[in-house]
Amino acid sequence: MTDLAWIEAALIAARPQALGALVRYFRDVDLAEEAFQDASLRALKAWPENGPPRNPAAWLILVGRNIAIDVARRQRKQTTLDDEVPIDDSDTLAERLDDAQYRDDVLRLLFICCHPDLSPSQQIAIALRIVSGLSVKQISRAFLVTEAAMEQRITRAKRAIGEAAVPFEAPDADERAHRLEAVAAMVYLIFNEGYSAAREDADRAQLCDEAIRLARLLVRLFPGEPEIMGLTALLLLQHARLPARFDAEGNVVLLEAQDRRRWNPEMIAEGLAMLDKAMRHRRPGPYQIQAAIAALHARAARAQDTDWGEIDLLYATLERLQPSPVITLNRAVAVAKTRGPAAALAMIEPLADKLDGYFHFFGVKGALLEQLGRAAEAKKAFTQAIALANTAAEAAHIRMHLDELQKKS
Amino acid sequence: MLYAIFCYDSEAAVGAWSKEKDDQVMAQLGEVTGKLAAQKRLGPTARLMPTTAATTIRKGKQPLVLDGPFAETKEQLLGFYIVDCESLEQAIETAQELARASASAGAFEIRPLKFFNPGSGVS
Repeated sequence: MTDLAWIEAALIAARPQALGALVRYFRDVDLAEEAFQDASLRALKAWPENGPPRNPAAWLILVGRNIAIDVARRQRKQTTLDDEVPIDDSDTLAERLDDAQYRDDVLRLLFICCHPDLSPSQQIAIALRIVSGLSVKQISRAFLVTEAAMEQRITRAKRAIGEAAVPFEAPDADERAHRLEAVAAMVYLIFNEGYSAAREDADRAQLCDEAIRLARLLVRLFPGEPEIMGLTALLLLQHARLPARFDAEGNVVLLEAQDRRRWNPEMIAEGLAMLDKAMRHRRPGPYQIQAAIAALHARAARAQDTDWGEIDLLYATLERLQPSPVITLNRAVAVAKTRGPAAALAMIEPLADKLDGYFHFFGVKGALLEQLGRAAEAKKAFTQAIALANTAAEAAHIRMHLDELQKKS
Repeated sequence: MLYAIFCYDSEAAVGAWSKEKDDQVMAQLGEVTGKLAAQKRLGPTARLMPTTAATTIRKGKQPLVLDGPFAETKEQLLGFYIVDCESLEQAIETAQELARASASAGAFEIRPLKFFNPGSGVS
C-alpha cells in the first residue's frame, strides 16, 4: 500500500478520538475541526519522512492543540501587542490521553450531533461531516442534493450546535447511558438513510458502511452493552443482503425473492457472532430483537425455510417493548405465514386510522385481501398504496399485483 | 522449524480501508501464501473478526466472562500464519515479504512453535 493510503486510513481511524479531545480542549467544534485539519496536513508531510507515530490520535491531538495555541498567540499579539500573556499548556499528556476520558470524548462528539433541535437529516449530515469526516460533496451525493444546499444545511446545523450548551464535564452513569442511547439511535438513522436507497447506489451504500464503522467504534468504547452489540449485529445482518437487494435493472428485490447465495457470508457470520455475545447478557432490547429477526432470515437457506413462528414471537416481544402500529404491521406479515391471511387481516384492520398515510399498510392489506380472494377490496387497497408510494420502484411493485388481479378476473 | 507469524495492526485503521483496498491487500498476501504453499511450507492461516466480536475468559476460581479482547492495545491481533522455515533468517524473510504485501503501519511478530497439532480436518 502506498504511504498516502495508510496515512489516510490512519487519519480516518484517529479522527473521532482526536477531534473529540480537541473539542473538549477548545470547547468549540469549528476551532477543533480547523486544528485537526491542520494537524492532518502536517501528518501527511511528517509521517512518510519519520515513519508512523506509535499513537496517531495522540500525535494529532498534541500537534493540533499546539497549532491552535500558536494561532491564538499571534492573534493576541495583533490585537493587544501583548505577547506575554501565558496560555496554560501545562496539563500533562497523560491527562489528555487518558482512555476513560477518550471514551467520553468520542461519545460527546457523537452526542453533539444528535442535538434534539436538529432534524434527523441534519443530524445525519453533521455526524457524517464532523465524526466520519466525509466531504460535503460526498454527503450531498448521498442525499441527492446539490453541494451548495448541503453546505447550507451543515452550516445551519453547526450554528444550532454552537448555540447549544453542551456539558463538557465527564458525564455520570445516567447521563452516559442517555447519551449512548441517543447516539445509537443516530447511528441507526445513518444506516437507514443509506439502506432506504430505492436502487443500487454506491454513495448511499457508503452511509451503511459508515454506520457499521461507528457501531463498531461504540462496541469498542462500551464493550459490555448488549444493545450496542445488538445494533451492530442488526446493521451487519441487514447490510449483508445488499448484493441481492437489486436486480440487473437496479430495481428493489423483496427479501423473499432474493438470491440468498449472494448475501455476504462474512458479514452474516460477524452479525451472528455479535448477536450471540449480546444475548448472553440476558438483557433484551429493541436492537437485539430486531437483530434476532434478521438472524432468522439470515439462517434460512431458502425463503420457505424461514422460521415465521419465531419471527412472530419476536415481533410480539418488540410490540410489548416498543408499541407501534408499524411493528404490528410487520408482525402481521409473519402471522399471515403461520396462521393465515384472515388472522393477519384481523390484526391490521384496527391500525387503519393510524396508518392511513402509510404505503406499506395498503400494500400488506392488498396482498392479504388478494390471498383471501377478495379481489375488489384488494384492488382498492393497492390503488391507495400506489398513491402513497415513495419511489417509482414501490409503485411498480404494486402495479404488478394489480396486473395479476386483472389477469385472474 | 515451524514458526507462527502474528499480524498486528490498528483494526480501526484497517477497518477504514475501502473494499477495493482490502481486496487488493488480500490478493497481494495471497500471492505470498500461494508461493509458500507451492514450496510446501504453509500451515494453517487465519484472519480474525474484529475485537468487537471477541470475548475473554479471565481464569480464576470463578472464571470471569468479559466482552472484548484480552488486552486494550493500540494495535490488535488481526490474524496469523503458520510457516515452515529453515531458520529464523528465513522466517524473518517470509514476514518481510508479507509486510511488503500489506505495507501499513502495523507489525508482524515471529514466534517459533513449541508444539503443533494440525487439527482434525475442520474446514
